[in-house]
Amino acid sequence: MNKTKVAIIGPGNIGTDLMIKIMRLSDTLEMSVMVGIDPNSDGLARAERMGIATCHQGIDGLIAMDEWSDITIVFDATSAKAHHYNWNKIKAFPSKRIIDLTPAAIGPYVVPPVNLKDHLNASNMNMVTCGGQATIPIVAAVNQITNVHYGEIVASIASKSAGPGTRANIDEFTETTAQAIEQVGGATRGKAIIVLNPAEPPLVMRDTVFTLSEQADREAIRASIHKMVAEVQQYVPGYELHQEVQFDDIPEDQPVFIEGLGQCHGLKTTVLLKVKGAGHYLPEYAGNLDIMTSAARRTAEALVKDVTL
Amino acid sequence: MAHLPYIQDVTLRDGMHAIRHQYGKDKVKAIALALDKAGVDAIEIAHGDGLAGGSFNYGFGKHTDWDWLAGIKEELKHAKLTTLILPGIATIHDLKKARDLGVESVRVATHCTEADISPQHIDAAKKLGMDVGGFLMMAHMNKPSKLAEQAKIMEDAGADCVYVTDSAGALMMDGVIDRIKAFRDILKDETEIGIHCHHNLSLGVANTIVAMQHGANRMDASLAGMGAGAGNCPLEVLIAVLNKMGVKTNSDLYQLMDLADDVIRPLQTRPVRVDRETLSLGYAGVYSSFLLHAERAADKYGLDTRAILQELGNRNMVGGQEDMIVDVALDMKNLSQ
Repeated sequence: MNKTKVAIIGPGNIGTDLMIKIMRLSDTLEMSVMVGIDPNSDGLARAERMGIATCHQGIDGLIAMDEWSDITIVFDATSAKAHHYNWNKIKAFPSKRIIDLTPAAIGPYVVPPVNLKDHLNASNMNMVTCGGQATIPIVAAVNQITNVHYGEIVASIASKSAGPGTRANIDEFTETTAQAIEQVGGATRGKAIIVLNPAEPPLVMRDTVFTLSEQADREAIRASIHKMVAEVQQYVPGYELHQEVQFDDIPEDQPVFIEGLGQCHGLKTTVLLKVKGAGHYLPEYAGNLDIMTSAARRTAEALVKDVTL
Repeated sequence: MAHLPYIQDVTLRDGMHAIRHQYGKDKVKAIALALDKAGVDAIEIAHGDGLAGGSFNYGFGKHTDWDWLAGIKEELKHAKLTTLILPGIATIHDLKKARDLGVESVRVATHCTEADISPQHIDAAKKLGMDVGGFLMMAHMNKPSKLAEQAKIMEDAGADCVYVTDSAGALMMDGVIDRIKAFRDILKDETEIGIHCHHNLSLGVANTIVAMQHGANRMDASLAGMGAGAGNCPLEVLIAVLNKMGVKTNSDLYQLMDLADDVIRPLQTRPVRVDRETLSLGYAGVYSSFLLHAERAADKYGLDTRAILQELGNRNMVGGQEDMIVDVALDMKNLSQ
């Protein structure tokens, strides 16, 4: 079977990890070109060493290459600002699909086990954030059982796994993730927090999800969460519940005051997750990298063949 | 010293931790105006974890930051109205809302090795015309020369002042002096240096004084030490000591003493003091704000608070990782079964 040719723009941590995943793991995708803007960058040199064609003149250089006509899917692992430029160029080629790993969010937010099936025809799909990919499935799992008023997530990542782009634009993480908790997870209100931890040796990515929902059958919520974790594990093997799901009552006479919602009561659900990376580009502590690139690969593979979603 | 020490009160921000962020807004206003009358130079108001800190992770506040901040600036005669923001929790959007409510100075806080997540917020605050402090938390976890490099990142981004922030109350006097000296060596003359202490080893006042003696100009303190863990450097004690040293400030000692004893101590549902739990924070080098969360987890899962705090220290948890307290407690409970 002929594999579908793909290009990656942005040879940083995310782009490089995605390249390795496609080359090693994908039966349906073939790595065609790695695109950067700095001819001396480590990322382009690495791609070259791995036998991949490279281009250091950004999207314009890619479009001028012979390989361009055969490329069907473009992954953008640059920045939100660069993505706006890249998208303006790529949208002139309606047969190309773009999977956006920046927080630009021009296309719909896609979290594979929750809503990929709804967006298979979108020409531009956005992968939210690493923290969003790790936590929004859980918010959605609770929301499948009972109405989630509020979803809050805390993503703790190893300092070494946060590149300069993430660091310079940390508001984009909190804002994009919070919006997607609402739009994809189904919470009335979303909040996202990110913490960088510099411990040595680096700590494996942790994500915690808190939801406040209407009271419901706790066993049904627990089962829904376990089922969702198993779905994410299909494409991120290192994704796991680190503790059993915890429940607390927020009684009506001792409500919590949530900005934008007012006094709230109901059922608090706490889900403590651990995301161990596959160790493709960065070591296994960098689960944040793994979950993002794995979600992008999963999305691209769904575009080229019928996978059961 | 070129000018008087700049005393910033944190009763209404760090002090939030001590009462789970439950100050009523009238109380906040009354305390702020009394502090202003007593002559402190700056009054910080926010959720204990800064703007937009209200959450399951850190505790929801009784009010929003906007409700606490509103209507105060107009009535202050001397003090600057200030707040605090942690990139990763609050955004520039929140900073603008605070500015619109009259906040004229802000501290941008990061872990002591992560200053490079602050330039976006420091730059935004400068563009809003605000005075900006960089706030390097858990300063005991980075050695002086490396901490100074982080301070330089904040200065380069536009910070007017950079703080040695001993969030765990774990530094001793030499550790404070070495860090202040390292800052002075590397920062521009016009960049001020600040000190923020916690009293977990009973060194809050002493550490603040030695910082001043080695070049710190801005000092944080709170009434009766109202703050996370064993509290901050107690404001009334600091002023008494500065008075005895002949260091002039704008603050009135007796008014502050009265406020501390008559207004603040009665609010403390858990006494803010050095006891076995808060001493353990300083001893293990753990983020002071973890205290009440760890006490709750100990109670819920039948564990010892000190053991939880020690384990959090062993795992190198940093400020903001309150979610890991329940995680650690569950690990300990599972292990014991």
